Amino acid sequence: MTATLAPARVFGSGIRRREDPRLITGTARYTDDIVLPGMLHAAILRSPHAHARIVRIETAAAAAAPGVVAVFTGRDTAAALKPIPCLWLVPGSDLKTAPFAPLASDRVRYVGDAVAVVVAESPYQAYDALDRVEVEYEPLPAVIDPQKAAEPGAPTLHAEAPGNIAFHWTVSGGDVDAAFRDAPVVVRERIIQQRLIPTAMEPRGAVAHYVPATGELTLWNTTQNPHIVRFAMSVVTGVPEDRLRVIAPEVGGGFGSKIPQIQGDFVAVFCSMRLGRPVKWTETRTENYISTTHGRDHVQEVELAATKDGRVLGLRCTVWAGMGGYLSTAAPGIPTILHGLMLSGPYRIPAVKEDVYGVYTNATPVEAYRGAGRPEATFMLERMMDRLSDQVGIDPVEVRRRNLIPPFENGFNVVTGLTYDSGNYEGALAKALAQVDYEGLRREQAAARAKGRYLGIGVSTYVEICGLGPSQVAGAVGFQGGLWESAIVRFHPTGKVNVFIGASPHGQGEETTFAQIVADELGVAVNDVKIVHGDTDSTPMGWGTYGSRTTAVGGAALAVATRKIKEKARLLAGHLLEAAVEDIDYADGRFFVRGVPDRFKTIQDIALMANVAWNLPQGMDAGLEASSFYDPPNFVYPFGAHVAVVEVDPETGRVELKRYVAVDDCGPQINPVIVEGQVHGGVVQGIGQALWEEAVYDDTGQLLTGSLADYAIPRADMLPEIEVLSTVTPSPHHPLGVKGIGEAGTIASTCTVYNAVMDALEPFHVASIRMPLTPERVWRAIHGKEE
Amino acid sequence: MKLPVTIRVNGRAIERDVEPRLLLVHFLRDQAGLTGTKVGCDTSQCGACTVLLDGVAVKSCTCLAVQADGCSVVTVEGLAPAGELHPIQEAFWAKHGLQCGFCTPGMMVAAYELLRVNPSPGAEQIRHGLEGNLCRCTGYQNIVRAVQTAAASGGVRS
Repeated sequence: MTATLAPARVFGSGIRRREDPRLITGTARYTDDIVLPGMLHAAILRSPHAHARIVRIETAAAAAAPGVVAVFTGRDTAAALKPIPCLWLVPGSDLKTAPFAPLASDRVRYVGDAVAVVVAESPYQAYDALDRVEVEYEPLPAVIDPQKAAEPGAPTLHAEAPGNIAFHWTVSGGDVDAAFRDAPVVVRERIIQQRLIPTAMEPRGAVAHYVPATGELTLWNTTQNPHIVRFAMSVVTGVPEDRLRVIAPEVGGGFGSKIPQIQGDFVAVFCSMRLGRPVKWTETRTENYISTTHGRDHVQEVELAATKDGRVLGLRCTVWAGMGGYLSTAAPGIPTILHGLMLSGPYRIPAVKEDVYGVYTNATPVEAYRGAGRPEATFMLERMMDRLSDQVGIDPVEVRRRNLIPPFENGFNVVTGLTYDSGNYEGALAKALAQVDYEGLRREQAAARAKGRYLGIGVSTYVEICGLGPSQVAGAVGFQGGLWESAIVRFHPTGKVNVFIGASPHGQGEETTFAQIVADELGVAVNDVKIVHGDTDSTPMGWGTYGSRTTAVGGAALAVATRKIKEKARLLAGHLLEAAVEDIDYADGRFFVRGVPDRFKTIQDIALMANVAWNLPQGMDAGLEASSFYDPPNFVYPFGAHVAVVEVDPETGRVELKRYVAVDDCGPQINPVIVEGQVHGGVVQGIGQALWEEAVYDDTGQLLTGSLADYAIPRADMLPEIEVLSTVTPSPHHPLGVKGIGEAGTIASTCTVYNAVMDALEPFHVASIRMPLTPERVWRAIHGKEE
Repeated sequence: MKLPVTIRVNGRAIERDVEPRLLLVHFLRDQAGLTGTKVGCDTSQCGACTVLLDGVAVKSCTCLAVQADGCSVVTVEGLAPAGELHPIQEAFWAKHGLQCGFCTPGMMVAAYELLRVNPSPGAEQIRHGLEGNLCRCTGYQNIVRAVQTAAASGGVRS
């Protein structure tokens, strides 16, 4: 057969994405686009109270409404469904998991808690009938602030958790008390990491199709992790895993909000099981905002001890992390494992201690939100670095330099017990500073200030933990699953390749980057490789796409599988070329006899011969296929340095973001255009937290920012160009050296922008302002007017 | 009560009896079977449902199907003939102007409107022109590049 010429190396090339043609033509199918014959539509009634006892529910009028097929309440689901499980049971924290019912039956604990479902022939009919469900509530006192919820006398949410404490977790290393006892300099700050709403543009939804005759359930679901959904859904519904197929079709972003299994998923499945018909549930945006998950929500009290020349001696903090009304799937792991273990960041800090209280509050459950714990840790540390700089009168960049871990290529043990894989923090910082001409910027700032203009410069260095992670560690930290990934590489007789992966990308572009990996490892064209994901019936088990782990773990699985293919192909090539396998060399998609490059077989030749199996070496199985289950030996630790330049108008309090420079190091980049896109999006989400976004509740627990009219995600006209640069420090343990890049931008940018604004306000002696830094808050801080 | 409507969608006349309250976006998705147009919010902020109504971009969640009776609608599926790409689609692909793709149909139609009104906008004009369309993935930067690229390649005229 004709040999397809092996392409030039595509690893590192910014080729166009292979997922885009269906997305730009409107032919992609998201969950809400799925239509099945006989499909019904579910609408969920949600609590208008933050905390109340349910006295009675009247459903007769709704059941009699036009088009209505059924109305169910918690009484119906309680008999059939187990509570929604929390899947990160952090050990050593006295964790109190309270039951989280798919439909609440006696008590509601946040505005948005589900209490009833109407199933009708059309969505309009379902929503019409929803208004006819009558619920009598007996309102109870509510508490929203996590620190207040932990105080004596606060309303108690769950009998299982006295004082609302869901867990108390501690991390420490070194002798922190001694560090503070003798410290010449101590700076303190109270930081509020406000609640955020992830706002994936596609709301959540499910299409559940249960077939009573076979006992099989198919669930189309807006999820980042279909295999975990199958696992959890099986536990809750009792449908055996082998008869449960979960499909994540096109998924419109997640940012953490599509990790958990939420009430609506279980309710849709329950309805289909009871009615024997397909049932679709698609949440409205308002429903998404009040009932699907939120992120952050920390109150942090932080102290940093240092010498007069700016060397950090210790860090001590207490965090109250709001959990909302129930523990969402991964919630306990976020302010603990993903936060507390990163306390020392990129710095040599000899002693740390943190107490984290996870607190039940009458608000929407908190879950991972892009960065998940690491932005909260980075913010804390970077804020304290700037406070230290102010206190000791040393430039903030110089303070950081005095504390950074020096470059290392293969392992650095930090005080919290982690071993970072590789890093060159000074290198990233130097590149960022050179890009902005830091000294020149400071001169410009001084000149502007002399003219009454307030420029501010924020600089952050960060390191994050991602590529979750070694399964043994997952078990040790209470994650109720493994954290390996899988890949199956299958050559067809024509030389085309299908790759089946357990991870489930939803916008990150792995259909392209993973094809690039295969292309380079095996010498096939990118367009001859199709990556299949998101269907539990066709893909091998995997733990999902979150925590910047798909390339870091799934990419490693794929690299290993391709290398297995190459080994088999080499054996077969030797056999077909009648040469000893030791004499077979490989280059650019050709297996050839050493020294005789025109005696060769292409990978496509070998794929054909392996599949027809007419002439295999003795003992060789037919086919050209390999699978890999890759459990990483360590996490990966991307890092970088970001710089923001702002100008604050003291008359209006308005912050203008004038410039943003990101230097990130995720190791070798498979596709730099995709990396850049991840940084753009990540940085902008972090800027959103610094300047605009906040889930605001009133004292009674009503979400005042319950729609996109009220919750301010960044718009195109609010942002400058982001300047994206990188350094390349390979991970020593990843087969391709790559790390992760999905969350880095968000982790670094909030504190960078915040510090820039505070730097601009230095002449006004403003100590801190609560985020987001809205014009009103900035103006009040400048003019000394309390909120 | 249902009212008869005839709406020409991507060149094909679709006749249906619809409830007066039926939103145009639901007509397009559920009656015309064109699910490329998305619903991302319930307050007309996100712009995922943007379509051309008699050549002008509208958020199809703020328009009733009965209001579009007798009108022509172009959705993302109608930007180019099957198997071809409109320069705006081509540019979004070339410039990595999308990630999850959910906002993209509405974003491209909004870009179409922008280029119709202003065939060679500057970056600031593009950013203002797209402020009614929300994207959570891209940070908008590559969307701006895509619209500039589309403008350079002839925009809506080609």
